Amino acid sequence: MQKSLQDNLFSDLQTLLGERARDGDFELGLYGKDGSVLEGRPSIVCLPQSTSEVQEIVKICRRYDTPFLARGSGTGLAGGAVPIGEPVIIATAKMNKILEVDLDNRIAWVEPGVLNLDLSNELLPLGFHFAPDPSSQQVCSIGGNVANNSGGPHCLAYGVTSAHIAALEVVLPDGQIAQFGDLTADGAGYDLRGLFVGSEGTMGITTRIAVRLTQNPPEVRTLLLDFADVRDGAAAVSAIIAAGLIPAALEMMDKRAIEIVEAFVNAGYPTEADAVLLVELDGLPGGVEYGVELVRSVATRHHVGNVRVAADEKERALLWKGRKNAFGAVARIKPDYYLHDTVVPRGKLVEVLEKVYRIADAHDLIAINVFHAGDGNLHPILAFDSSEKGVLERVHAAGRAIVTASIEAGGVLSGEHGIGLEKRDYMGMLFSAHDMATQDLVREAFDPDGFANPLKVLPTGSRCSDSFGQHVPDGAWV
Amino acid sequence: MPEEISPEVLAFATEIGSSGLVTVAGGRTQWTVGGSPLEGVREVTAPSGIWAYEPEEMTVRCGAGTTLQELSAALSKYGQMVPFDLSPSATVGGALAVGRSGYRRLRYGHIRDFVLQVRHIDHKGQVVSAGGPTVKNVSGYDLCRLMVGSLGKLGCLAEVTLRCLPIPQTSKWLTGRQDPFDVFAKLYRPSAILWDGDQVWVCLEGVSSDVEAQSDLLDLEETAVPPRLPDRGRMSLAPKALKTFDRPSGNWVAEVGVGVVHMEQPNADPAISNINLSLMRELENRLDPGGRFNPGRKVLSE
Ligand SMILES: Cc1cc2nc3c(=O)[nH]c(=O)nc-3n(C[C@H](O)[C@H](O)[C@H](O)COP(=O)(O)OP(=O)(O)OC[C@H]3O[C@@H](n4cnc5c(N)ncnc54)[C@H](O)[C@@H]3O)c2cc1C
Repeated sequence: MQKSLQDNLFSDLQTLLGERARDGDFELGLYGKDGSVLEGRPSIVCLPQSTSEVQEIVKICRRYDTPFLARGSGTGLAGGAVPIGEPVIIATAKMNKILEVDLDNRIAWVEPGVLNLDLSNELLPLGFHFAPDPSSQQVCSIGGNVANNSGGPHCLAYGVTSAHIAALEVVLPDGQIAQFGDLTADGAGYDLRGLFVGSEGTMGITTRIAVRLTQNPPEVRTLLLDFADVRDGAAAVSAIIAAGLIPAALEMMDKRAIEIVEAFVNAGYPTEADAVLLVELDGLPGGVEYGVELVRSVATRHHVGNVRVAADEKERALLWKGRKNAFGAVARIKPDYYLHDTVVPRGKLVEVLEKVYRIADAHDLIAINVFHAGDGNLHPILAFDSSEKGVLERVHAAGRAIVTASIEAGGVLSGEHGIGLEKRDYMGMLFSAHDMATQDLVREAFDPDGFANPLKVLPTGSRCSDSFGQHVPDGAWV
Repeated sequence: MPEEISPEVLAFATEIGSSGLVTVAGGRTQWTVGGSPLEGVREVTAPSGIWAYEPEEMTVRCGAGTTLQELSAALSKYGQMVPFDLSPSATVGGALAVGRSGYRRLRYGHIRDFVLQVRHIDHKGQVVSAGGPTVKNVSGYDLCRLMVGSLGKLGCLAEVTLRCLPIPQTSKWLTGRQDPFDVFAKLYRPSAILWDGDQVWVCLEGVSSDVEAQSDLLDLEETAVPPRLPDRGRMSLAPKALKTFDRPSGNWVAEVGVGVVHMEQPNADPAISNINLSLMRELENRLDPGGRFNPGRKVLSE
């Protein structure tokens, strides 16, 4: 952007926001990254406190012909919040109020910057929670959950974010404010709410969200099963579901994951095992009891070693702590990691896992697997040291091979992290050019000029309006 | 490479072609929703048949013209279901195009949340795939959700992949006179609570000991069947509004906790804000610029 234009844009934003509009090097660097290994650079960072401030920022951006990018906590793993084309960042961190808890309608209105776990903690004494529980729930925002249609361990039984969003207030890319969906069951007209959820910030910025509340289960039982052969563990996953049981959560960790997690949290995970399954049953006592027995008998048929049932809430929390901190634990073996996310049919878990190990070996990388096995959602972690010369090329090549193997097994590109920038150019593996052009027709109805989070989700060729494409900064991984 | 498209879907695309008006007929069980289609328009029906059913994956792929009866027959052999709760002669495509969930929505959620992948034929006569075949997927824009409730105005549904659920071990209906909102507050995830202003019906599902324990919390008698749901009008309120709403004339049955009211008395469509209306019109113009699909029937009233 021209220097004088940039100065005027910044001064207009400063007039609106005071010190909450920033362009210092530190901020621009910080907001250039998210949880992925990709990196870009914004022009300005804004921290609005209200819907009307978001609206004004969008209008100012439009006046200066500058794109903008909504950002929650920046934990996204597909580069969705990585700024491409020097956008203005609209960070929701200061819009973090729970506005209303409405138990009669079983919803809560929240601002987008509310952290996922903060909401569920607030609801706990009322007997409710927000069902989507990404492993990053301590830090990720509900706005980010909506934009990425995020999942989590308990989405196996309860469904991903989309099923838990009743309504959204949205600042559209042209600065108008709309509400998609409402508290009624059917809604009127086409499902704009459903379309917006998962649109990764490319259809506007959500500024108020009505989330559905889920009753806390009266009974919860958490089991840790260990297997001497990862193949038995994976086969048990399929067999549990095939037996007609949908556990609340069904997570798997392989040998390396068990080792590093155990060293990190001391949860008593069996380090001699080749794989463990973390299974949670919840609901009314009879169903939970039935589920526990069914899991036991299916696991026995698949040569389970020990079946550890958490005796109390403390032990249960400890077992989950291991699972939810697995990514942090990776730092003990290598300073950097690349977390992948694909889905395969459950019946193909073993086959694809074996391929993942082979791919990692071939690229001289370490693969660690801890994932949402119940819905076939693989999360291979490639651990590496970015100071090693040429390692990122190997990481990307291995990543591509993993995605290819998953698609070949009848899977999809992403189960919950989204497409963003990371998988944008892989979209053609799953969709025809015509499929993507149709998706773009729909996106364009919201943002004909491509101002909202430009250059994400759809590969360049399939988009009609890539006005900001020329500005891909050097060094960005596109 | 994207998955191959089945010959049935390709044949349907050819039949629809790239010009001329078309009406898509399903089971005609909700034929008048959105108004009757224009007379004399070429009528097509989507292909039918269960094309891939993998009980251990709990997913089923079928032609959009498959009847719910055929679908449940296939699934129930393996103890599974898709809880649409509509007329057995309705088609999967028709049910989704109308997008109205059945009476067990309280527990199972909206029918759109069972849709994993949709293939539709667009106004150019070309096949468009959206979503993916696995139980979890966030690859690309969610055109599947856009298609649910679109009354076939944006494209003709040709093939659908759905997520299935295990059929609960026990399913029981109770009825009597008890405050429906008290009933709602007492129960853990009941499947349905229906109320006609006087009598209440409750559907409990799960393992039998849980169903018994939950019924013991209530002051109701077992009954064999749910009430008939009037179907000439339908209104959708916030769940709480049922406590105080203006009761319609004629018979009605409300879904407590959900907010849908099934009525004898026909009613007008709810209003849509101007901003939403212009976005929705934009979507219609983009996806069916010539207005080829289901002329006469409307999602957006004038
Ligand atoms: C350790 C770790 C574990 C994780 N585990 C999971 C998991 O189990 N399941 C899972 O699904 N994900 C997981 N994630 C990924 C990530 O946490 C989620 O995608 C999360 O929802 C992102 O939220 P965020 O607030 O960080 O969003 P950001 O990263 O800031 O943004 C993500 C996308 O949302 C858009 N966006 C943000 N706010 C808004 C808004 N208000 N309006 C419109 N668009 C907006 C951005 O433009 C961007 O495209 C994990 C990440 C990490 C680092």
